[in-house]
Amino acid sequence: MNNVFVYCETENRTVAEVSQELLTKGRKLADELGVELHAVVAGTDIRNHVEDQILPYGVDKLFVFDGPGLFPYTSAPHTDILVTLFREEQPQICLMGATVIGRDLGPRVSSSLTSGLTADCTQLEIGPYDDSKTGQHYDQLLYQIRPAFGGNIVATIVNPDHRPQMATVRSGVMQKAIYEGSARHETVYPDVTKYVSDEAYVVKVLDRHVEAAKHNLKGASIVVAGGYGVGSKEGFDMLFQLARELHGEVGASRAAVDAGWVDNDRQVGQTGVTVHPKVYIACGISGQIQHIAGMQDAGIIISINTDPDAPINRIADYVITGSVEEVVPKLIKYYKQNSK
Amino acid sequence: MSLNIVVLAKQVPDTRNVGKDAMKEDGTINRAALPAIFNPEDLNALEQALRLKEQHPGSTVGILTMGPPRAGEIIRQGLYRGADTGWLLTDRLFAGADTLATSYALAMAIKKIGHVDIVIGGRQAIDGDTAQVGPQVAQKLGLNQVTYAEEILKIENGRATIRRHIDGGVETVEAPLPVVVTVNGSAAPCRPCNAKLVMQYKRATCPMERTGDEPWSALYDQRPYLTLNQWSVADVEADPEQCGLSGSPTKVKSIQNIVFQAKESRTLTGSDADIEELVTELLNEKIIG
Repeated sequence: MNNVFVYCETENRTVAEVSQELLTKGRKLADELGVELHAVVAGTDIRNHVEDQILPYGVDKLFVFDGPGLFPYTSAPHTDILVTLFREEQPQICLMGATVIGRDLGPRVSSSLTSGLTADCTQLEIGPYDDSKTGQHYDQLLYQIRPAFGGNIVATIVNPDHRPQMATVRSGVMQKAIYEGSARHETVYPDVTKYVSDEAYVVKVLDRHVEAAKHNLKGASIVVAGGYGVGSKEGFDMLFQLARELHGEVGASRAAVDAGWVDNDRQVGQTGVTVHPKVYIACGISGQIQHIAGMQDAGIIISINTDPDAPINRIADYVITGSVEEVVPKLIKYYKQNSK
Repeated sequence: MSLNIVVLAKQVPDTRNVGKDAMKEDGTINRAALPAIFNPEDLNALEQALRLKEQHPGSTVGILTMGPPRAGEIIRQGLYRGADTGWLLTDRLFAGADTLATSYALAMAIKKIGHVDIVIGGRQAIDGDTAQVGPQVAQKLGLNQVTYAEEILKIENGRATIRRHIDGGVETVEAPLPVVVTVNGSAAPCRPCNAKLVMQYKRATCPMERTGDEPWSALYDQRPYLTLNQWSVADVEADPEQCGLSGSPTKVKSIQNIVFQAKESRTLTGSDADIEELVTELLNEKIIG
């Protein structure tokens, strides 16, 4: 009862990295609350394949639901599993990845249980809360912290009276780490038919194509990112060239993605990828909070902007006041000249 | 087969390209600096609905929105593009709703509309980016859901075939009607307003949008289609306790206008000398290279 749960998603028999990141975060929250960390995974033919990918992150108890029709993911069977399991187990917190699956499943589960859900959290903490209306005091609630309103503000959300407190978190926001402490590592294999009715399997996946990621933006040590100030799709060619020279990857702000200059899987920020590079070169990016949330941990931040007062300049180590089309070719030129 | 289609649409502040005047000095949002627009992905959803209407003669498309009286504009924008009708949920009791209370209100309205075959909305709204309302409406109505849709390929024999985006790829799914579909921004863009329809509906308003002294107010008696449906909590037989702030399990503890820890930065110009010095420095310190 009252434990911390993490829903682990899988692609075939591989557990998603974001789920492992959340297990590490969930372990910390559970330790702080003095409760156990439990994990739940559902798929087809996953028994004896997924346990080793989940237990080492400090899991006390793992629920493995293995049965036909649970992979590929469809909404209803996975919802039934979580809703029934949560009614039995009464967790206080449930975390899931802010992936396509997590953002399909989370709201469905929260609606069934009438529990609150906060999407795309960038920080999770435990803390007290006083309800000013009812005068009630709560000792240890989950602070679900996220940029809101297009990234112009940061809101701390709490769910005082409804359980579980649910949150989704994007891949890369938390860091995964094998747990050094001791955990119980119990694994159970519940009977899926007791949780999912036959009618739940009505949505059929006819056809499915998943490709390996085309780039490794999330793990890149150098990121060259472009914003609205890049000005055009052609402008991004220059950024790709600089990234190639530096053995880095190209990222983008939401404005550049919305303008159609670059694929949306390169978006850096709260609703995109979170990066932790050694060097982040922000080209023509003004720096809304929603963007900064995805790159503020970069080792060195270089901002190239015609506006000396661009918000991103406040967190930059180097501010180059100039246009992208003027500065980027010079960076390429002098890098080529001096790097040999 | 003809389809009864409901499009979920939201009027949102345009948070995408906010300038420096978006926040007031006291840290609150300067709403006046942000124009109210049709949530972009809801337009993608409307386009899918209008295409279904064309493919299935006799179908109807209705726009369902919740908001203050001025959100009647969302229904007009839908009518200008080819929707047949609309409903505005407006009531002080709806105010302050989180996604769960919002989905409850929308689900009650959809029950009142009755016999809906397909509910289509945008994947998410740009003022919250939560993507929760679609699935929550589906759950409250006990319907299937297909999120992240790129295209509704066909509806045949009571089943919808839909191509959808998934992490790292695409899949095609088949779901029985009735179904709730949420549509991605990468789906086909919405058609523009039709000039004839704009002329026909530009005076269409919800009763609460009217001042009563419009020079054209006599038209409202002659042309019933100029009066848009406006529903309160009581009209949709909703439980006030489950609406608005009181129906919202999530509470906002605090809102901050975050100031990131300013760093001591070095300012350079774009001159050749400055850039070469920077590159050499980064190379010497093995930060790049």
